[in-house]
Amino acid sequence: MKNINILIVGVGGQGTLLASRFLGVAAVESGMDVKLSEVHGMSQRGGSVITCVKIGDKINSPLICEGEADLILSFEQVEAARWLPYLKKGGTVITNTQKIESMPVISGKAVYPDNVLEVLEKSGINLITLDALSIANECGSPKAVNVVLLGVLASQMKDVDMSVWNKCLESVIPAKVLDINKKAFEMGLKKV
Amino acid sequence: MKSLLLGNEALARGAWEAGVQVVSSYPGTPSTEITENISKYSSDDVYCEWAPNEKVAMEVAIGASFAGVRAMCCMKHVGLNVAADPLFTAAYTGVNGGLVIVVADDPGMHSSQNEQDSRFYGLSAHVPVLEPSDSQECKDFVKKAFEISEEFDTPVILRLTTRIAHARSLTELCDRQNVAKKDYQKDIMKYVMMPGMAKKRHVFVEERMGKLADRSNELSTAEYKDTDLGIVTSGISYQYVKEVFPNASVLKIDMVHPLPEKAIREFAEKTEKLLVVEELEPFIENFIRQLGIDKVEGKKYFGVQGELSTVAIRKAYFGTDADNAQLAEALDVPPRPPVLCPGCPHRGVFYTLSQLGVRVSGDIGCYTLGALAPYSAVHNCVCMGASVSMAHGMEKAEVQAGAEKMPTVAVIGDSTFMHSGITGLIDIVYNKGASTVIILDNSITGMTGHQQNPTTGYTIRMEETHPVNLVKLAEAVGVKRIRIEDPFDMKKFKAAVQEEIAADEPSVIISQRPCALLKTVKYGAPVVIDQDKCKKCGSCMKLGCPAIIKKDGNYMIDASQCAGCRQCEQMCPFKCISKPEV
Repeated sequence: MKNINILIVGVGGQGTLLASRFLGVAAVESGMDVKLSEVHGMSQRGGSVITCVKIGDKINSPLICEGEADLILSFEQVEAARWLPYLKKGGTVITNTQKIESMPVISGKAVYPDNVLEVLEKSGINLITLDALSIANECGSPKAVNVVLLGVLASQMKDVDMSVWNKCLESVIPAKVLDINKKAFEMGLKKV
Repeated sequence: MKSLLLGNEALARGAWEAGVQVVSSYPGTPSTEITENISKYSSDDVYCEWAPNEKVAMEVAIGASFAGVRAMCCMKHVGLNVAADPLFTAAYTGVNGGLVIVVADDPGMHSSQNEQDSRFYGLSAHVPVLEPSDSQECKDFVKKAFEISEEFDTPVILRLTTRIAHARSLTELCDRQNVAKKDYQKDIMKYVMMPGMAKKRHVFVEERMGKLADRSNELSTAEYKDTDLGIVTSGISYQYVKEVFPNASVLKIDMVHPLPEKAIREFAEKTEKLLVVEELEPFIENFIRQLGIDKVEGKKYFGVQGELSTVAIRKAYFGTDADNAQLAEALDVPPRPPVLCPGCPHRGVFYTLSQLGVRVSGDIGCYTLGALAPYSAVHNCVCMGASVSMAHGMEKAEVQAGAEKMPTVAVIGDSTFMHSGITGLIDIVYNKGASTVIILDNSITGMTGHQQNPTTGYTIRMEETHPVNLVKLAEAVGVKRIRIEDPFDMKKFKAAVQEEIAADEPSVIISQRPCALLKTVKYGAPVVIDQDKCKKCGSCMKLGCPAIIKKDGNYMIDASQCAGCRQCEQMCPFKCISKPEV
């Protein structure tokens, strides 16, 4: 497994913590050093949340700052734009096209821009977009959105063996929903 | 094989490995998961509990230590303010079994009302403070803390910050060490702090601090590389320093109080420039300056606000900006502040209070979000329990000054009321106030992630226990006007608030509805808005529910967000929100 900094961004409650734990298992299984930084408490209540995953030979700071992410995995499209400055020049953004309106948008104090994907497209990054919610619904559970996105992420980390990903799934997903999630992961994996 | 553990999880593991037998805490971000993880170990090994507040938690731990076992209490930084009273005197009594006090600071205020620096508690209480820099050290340092506690006869503070508590890193697991209970010994001169005894103990405390300073030297590590720049640091800042200054010499300090004078002097002599990298206050820097080492620099670059990071340090010290990706064109990214969850019982309360336009004295919990749009209902929030006493203070001020009394309610959660709201209520009754207190009883401690409390009927280990009866409690205090209301019935709730505010005596409204995130709460399918009947008046939007959205001029329910709670049905004057028949 190569050294990689992955920033997972989304809206509190979308399952970003599970995604980071999943990647943590992948790093441990691959014998790498790894640090994760999570957000708990107030900002989890529907706010904008980020989780940092740093994998390498030796990791010191658990945080990914502006310009330090190799890859941003975004669970919601405007969040990809919000956190874009955290990406290295020429890095990769994988974003779910799902839109979740924030309270200032709902109450009419702010506008949700309709050109987020266009602007991202023009920003000189590798951009992968997909409607992960529809794919998750197809698999049988809207809750599998995060696992669909992890499948797409896995497609960008070709040096990691499928057996490692399977181990990750088995260790973070409860047994009774494992089949749905394995399907969701595969659909994400084959998406790109 | 190493495990990838959260700092808090590793700390719990370390305490267990160190043979801890009693842990008492009050939840608070970013410290909560320590005690939650302790509760996962067998009750044969360790007794643990959620106490009503941090002061009680610390006193329980002190008692356990006096009784002869290793004991620990954990809290967030502001919790240590509540527990400061026992801390300062436990510093004099010292311990029998090892006593460790874990305090988690929150630089940057991710989930806090201030960013105080708890290292000063070590300084003013004359208690040693250890500070780990990753999960492995969380585990190692708590074991070290128990040893130091017993060796030096002192409580030991273990200080974390958010990025230590809530970061995961690889940690080596060991077996539990069985530490036998020490004999209990009656010792009035040591454990009864009256002036005559305390004066003698204070002498001991000062001698102890001298010996601890020697230990602090042993616990610091000088990593010499390029000696043009020497950096003194500790905790999470050490990790940032190693990334930003890979070639500099570094003095890593593990015991931040008392600081290692000898090690610092030696390091300062061997290095050209001397830089302190620390978050919040210039705690280490001031100490070095007091040693007469005038070349020291630090806060001149970094300031005392917020968190540090690799990018923040580079920008402050070298003036370099991040080399990052940029959006091709400006995009007005809408802010996304935290909100009350869909189905939250507090929503009906704050909608009602904002409609009434009353002054709301606020408190600490999810419901502080009632201060944000669209409710903007909460007028003040200072600390745990303050809503109740501040409402009383405002009333007394207006009466005293001959001003008109502004209609006011205090809002406080069930757990916060148990923590320190009850004393404020006693004050209101005792001193003939007439405030209205709304207890938001959602059957759990919500914000910190669902911890049981004295009103829920369950212990931390989910054993059934006697729940505090809020009605009887208010009655016993002397409140005569007590009523239980359902915040989902907004019309009735509004009338209740109006009546109680108008009453010229103290009143308590218990707003009873469980947190929507509890597994036992199921409201079923999402509601729908009948688009044929909808007159697009926008009334439903005033409820401020994240599941109600406007799309192409139409008001709709986002089914992926809706909890099915039906609060919004009451908002529609045309009755076009309903639940589809199954």
